[in-house]
Amino acid sequence: MGANQGYSAVGGDRIPTSREMRINPIRRSLVAVLAAIALKPFAALAAAWNKDGFGAKTAADALKILGASNPVASRDVVIEAPQIAENGAVVPIEITSNVPGTTSIAVLIDKNPFPLVGKFDFMEGALPFVKLNAKLGETSEVRVVAEALGKHYVATQEIKVTIGGCGG
Amino acid sequence: MAGPMKMRATLSGGVTDVRVLMTHPMETGQRKDPDGKLVPLHFIQNVTLKVNGKTVVESQISQGISRNPVFTFRIKGGAKGDRIEVSWIDNHGETNQTETAVA
Amino acid sequence: MKKFLGFFCVVAGAAFCNSLPAQDAKKEIQRYREMVAEGSPAELFEVEGEALWKKPQGPNKVSLEKCDLGLGAGVVKGAYARLPRYFKDADRVMDLETRLLHCMGTLQGRKREEAAARVFGSADRPSEMESLSAYIAAQSRGMKMAPGLSHPKEKEAYAMGRAVYFHRAGAWDFSCASCHGDEGKRIRMQDLPVLYKPEHARPVVSTWPAYRVSTSQFITLQWRMNNCYQQMRMPEPDFGSDTTVALILFLTATGKGEPYRGPGTKR
Repeated sequence: MGANQGYSAVGGDRIPTSREMRINPIRRSLVAVLAAIALKPFAALAAAWNKDGFGAKTAADALKILGASNPVASRDVVIEAPQIAENGAVVPIEITSNVPGTTSIAVLIDKNPFPLVGKFDFMEGALPFVKLNAKLGETSEVRVVAEALGKHYVATQEIKVTIGGCGG
Repeated sequence: MAGPMKMRATLSGGVTDVRVLMTHPMETGQRKDPDGKLVPLHFIQNVTLKVNGKTVVESQISQGISRNPVFTFRIKGGAKGDRIEVSWIDNHGETNQTETAVA
Repeated sequence: MKKFLGFFCVVAGAAFCNSLPAQDAKKEIQRYREMVAEGSPAELFEVEGEALWKKPQGPNKVSLEKCDLGLGAGVVKGAYARLPRYFKDADRVMDLETRLLHCMGTLQGRKREEAAARVFGSADRPSEMESLSAYIAAQSRGMKMAPGLSHPKEKEAYAMGRAVYFHRAGAWDFSCASCHGDEGKRIRMQDLPVLYKPEHARPVVSTWPAYRVSTSQFITLQWRMNNCYQQMRMPEPDFGSDTTVALILFLTATGKGEPYRGPGTKR
């Protein structure tokens, strides 16, 4: 054993001797993981963001990437939104999923250049509910897909976007 | 330096409504500034809601969400004084967070 | 009604008309407005405004916290609902923004050129005036609009505001009444309120200043007056001019008694 008794400078974890590594592969991989985290910058520790899903150019592609290609139409996925938006910059949409066991809700605006605008994952304690303001480039269907117990459920609603007047 | 954030958490009928307002340009990368230059993509990617330190909602959003986003979430039950925390991080790595107690 | 529908269809396109009659359209727009108001970023400007109200600025390095908005030095609660009104120290009728500018001068020692250099902001950066207006106005939430109408100068300003409202001028020979003078008028999807009638003025005066979603800007009544003059192809009025204050007083007086709903949200 060396002078530093096998303790690494980074993270303070003790680097196992080669003999110990032969004996304990789990501990070895744990150390490797910890070392990797300690060396990574903050940005890499940020929560996951589905780049492919958000980069999809059609709702169908986005849903495929999310693994929700064939959702079943369901009245238990409830969209509360006005049928007309005075301005497409801010379109309020309220979503509730009454499907038992809902763990996530994805919101897509079909006609947007990148339809997927949000994916919300609900853990113990949260209700499968979200109200948000979305941008609609033009009159479009709003498509909401809920995931519950491995299955997917969908509801849609059309929102017309109008051109406003002088404003005030 | 991120602009102001405001949050209200109200308990009613066994459900806590959390409404959070965020200041953020949510630039799509398609808008031109007064000089005709494209304003680069700059938007919040993740929003995390915690109750008493425990994450209950993880949101991934895109530039298709309106400027100065406002979200409402709902928490099962909850009690007056519960600590609600919402934090966000954008595509530049900038962050902000706010905390409030359930009223 | 037929003419209305006809105009509507021409503007909005046949597909639109076939699926949504005019009355339903009005209802859905109302629903849109309510939902946006519930989830509006307007409050963010109130937060910003409060910080500015308390920030020491100018050569005197003093905050605005001792500004008298009509109810006494530093009293913000209920002050907005009582504006515009006559102020003895300035010997004129002032609206909120005029009064804020006055305090920036008298309390903070700031010159008008500097304090009024940027009264209308942008989406990326609201002006001081906009944020301060949001904060002060918010402190009158729920209170009945009651501008000053008893002092001789207030009466004079009211009369002037009313006269200006109907006075046609400029390249297009327009007055406020050209757009806001008759029932049933519309510009694209916006119904035009007949602002000299109380039932129209009340919902309007109780929701300014406001967050404008189409531009992400916080807009104030001084901005609205300025912009209307631009729309009418007339020279822009000076910020806080007698004309703009008179018009604002006339409009607020026409909507008086209405509980102030707090900074609103507009298209």
